Amino acid sequence: MLRYIVRRLLGLVPVFLGITLLVFTLLHAIPGDPAVFLMGERATPDQIAAFREQMGLNEPLPIQYLTFLGSLLRLDFGNSIVTGIPIAAEIGRRWAASFELTASAVLFSILVGVPAGIIAAVRKNSWVDNLAMTVSLVGVSMPVYWLGLLLIYLFAVNLGWLPPSGRIGISEGFGFQPITGFYVLDALLRFNFTALRDILAHLILPAIALGTIPLAIVARLTRSAMLEVLSQDYIRTARAKGLLERWVILKHALKNALLPVITIIGLQFGTLLSSAVLTETIFSWPGIGEWIYGGILARDYPVVQGGVVFVSITFVLINLLVDLSYAFFDPRIQYK
Amino acid sequence: METLSPEVSTQAASKPLQRVYRQFLKSSSGRIGLFLTVALLLLAVLAPLIRPYDAATARNYASRLSPPDLEFWLGTDGLGRDMLTAIWYGIRISLTISLISVGSGLLIGTFLGMVAGYFRGWLETVIGWVTDILLAFPPTLLAIAVVTVTGPSLPSVMIAVGVVQIPIFIRLTRSMVLSLREQDFIQTVRAFGATSDRIIISHILPASLAPLIVQATLALGTATLEAAGLGFLGLGAKPPTPELGTMLSDSFRGGYSLSSPWTIVFPGLAITLIVLAFNLLGDGLRDSLDPRANR
Repeated sequence: MLRYIVRRLLGLVPVFLGITLLVFTLLHAIPGDPAVFLMGERATPDQIAAFREQMGLNEPLPIQYLTFLGSLLRLDFGNSIVTGIPIAAEIGRRWAASFELTASAVLFSILVGVPAGIIAAVRKNSWVDNLAMTVSLVGVSMPVYWLGLLLIYLFAVNLGWLPPSGRIGISEGFGFQPITGFYVLDALLRFNFTALRDILAHLILPAIALGTIPLAIVARLTRSAMLEVLSQDYIRTARAKGLLERWVILKHALKNALLPVITIIGLQFGTLLSSAVLTETIFSWPGIGEWIYGGILARDYPVVQGGVVFVSITFVLINLLVDLSYAFFDPRIQYK
Repeated sequence: METLSPEVSTQAASKPLQRVYRQFLKSSSGRIGLFLTVALLLLAVLAPLIRPYDAATARNYASRLSPPDLEFWLGTDGLGRDMLTAIWYGIRISLTISLISVGSGLLIGTFLGMVAGYFRGWLETVIGWVTDILLAFPPTLLAIAVVTVTGPSLPSVMIAVGVVQIPIFIRLTRSMVLSLREQDFIQTVRAFGATSDRIIISHILPASLAPLIVQATLALGTATLEAAGLGFLGLGAKPPTPELGTMLSDSFRGGYSLSSPWTIVFPGLAITLIVLAFNLLGDGLRDSLDPRANR
């Protein structure tokens, strides 16, 4: 197992090199002078010359790439052109918000998707099954940001049940002091239950918006995995033994149907983290995605570059973790 | 070698096709998907004939943001344009983007996948490496990275969405070629002295077609979503081009998405309808072309 992990980690090296090479090449593929592009149209020739010198843009390309790699290894992603704030510091400030939102969306998709898939499989071809599958098909076909806007319109503007944006009511404040950056956890740690209620209320709409596509995928997959398992001999044996149907489904079938579902949930976590660009923007959620969006609008290239590299590398690492976690859920899998 | 008479070979070829057709008609999702896709394509093609206005510029500021009524069935947007016309043209633009980007992704991906799977060697290593890297990128971010460089425009969106599709088709084609090239019928053709080009074009490609068609149809749905997402991020067509994602972005950034909800409801509904059509059609095709996949 350890050798397998080491081999997989070594296998990531070329992928990381590729990601950084691609991002680096894209920057240099921009027509015209990258210094002018990075400094903006209003920079004077002197400023541009100084910038070229400072950024090492006069060096040959391979040297520039190695310098870029070296600074990435030191977690130095450069500074934002607009605010001048180091990109690594901004990522450090924002990643917890993105992770909290993504985790809540995944949780929502599991809590609703798995039971929906089970019921659909057990009552195959009934109206419940048809309804669940139709809803999930519409779910994967909807643009996330559109669903987000509709949810805000309905639940925040019209009904006034939930807040439309942000992570916590700023005006109320609740004397809330973050510790880890994961607000739900922080509120629990500080026993600040007034803040906790407000934080959870802020989480609901964006988590539903972001979680709808994985919910649909999880429901469909749980259904097909359950159908596959339910037709197998050992299920018939369990039923023949006279076990309660509920017991057969929950204990015998579900356990074996869950492996593909776990895989897809893991893979969805990485995908969600990146598609959160759109959800975070709609809900003014102060995570990495909203920041990349700001970078795009302001043509703040280092921000886009740093954000893209960070999220892509996280995405690859999460997918590796998902791969490795199979062994824990399915002892039949042997790592060679 | 005895050759089949043209009549016999057409019969032999039409039987599987008939089976696929019958199987397809049995699937209700396939039927609905086909109907929706054809209807949307017709709408897109006929748009300039039935609604001969320039959807980008035909506007009336006096009636901007007016709610749906008898004159403007779907209301007007922030520029005073008829939403129905704008959405109609938006469907045309969305379909064009998805068809071109998936088409080019399919062509390039299939070509590279064939080369990698059939010729193996260093070509396979290099192509495999590029595929791994492209797949390691989250699709949305890959598209954002590409458009940041090429600059926001419709062709950029097509390139970005197409690039996202390429590795998926490379991997699918390569895995099919790897198993096909070892099969007896390919070995036989090779033993009879057929050239590599001929084997690939006349034998391997037709045998790989079914999964490629299914994947391409489903990819049209994701491509539509990706393209509209880029438009929403301000990386797609520039306003006032009536691209559906850009229309949503105009409404959101213009600050009237909540006060004039029809400016978000209808363009989003149109996107959902297009994606739904392709997903249903893809499901139906998968059931009929590859019956094992859905069991």
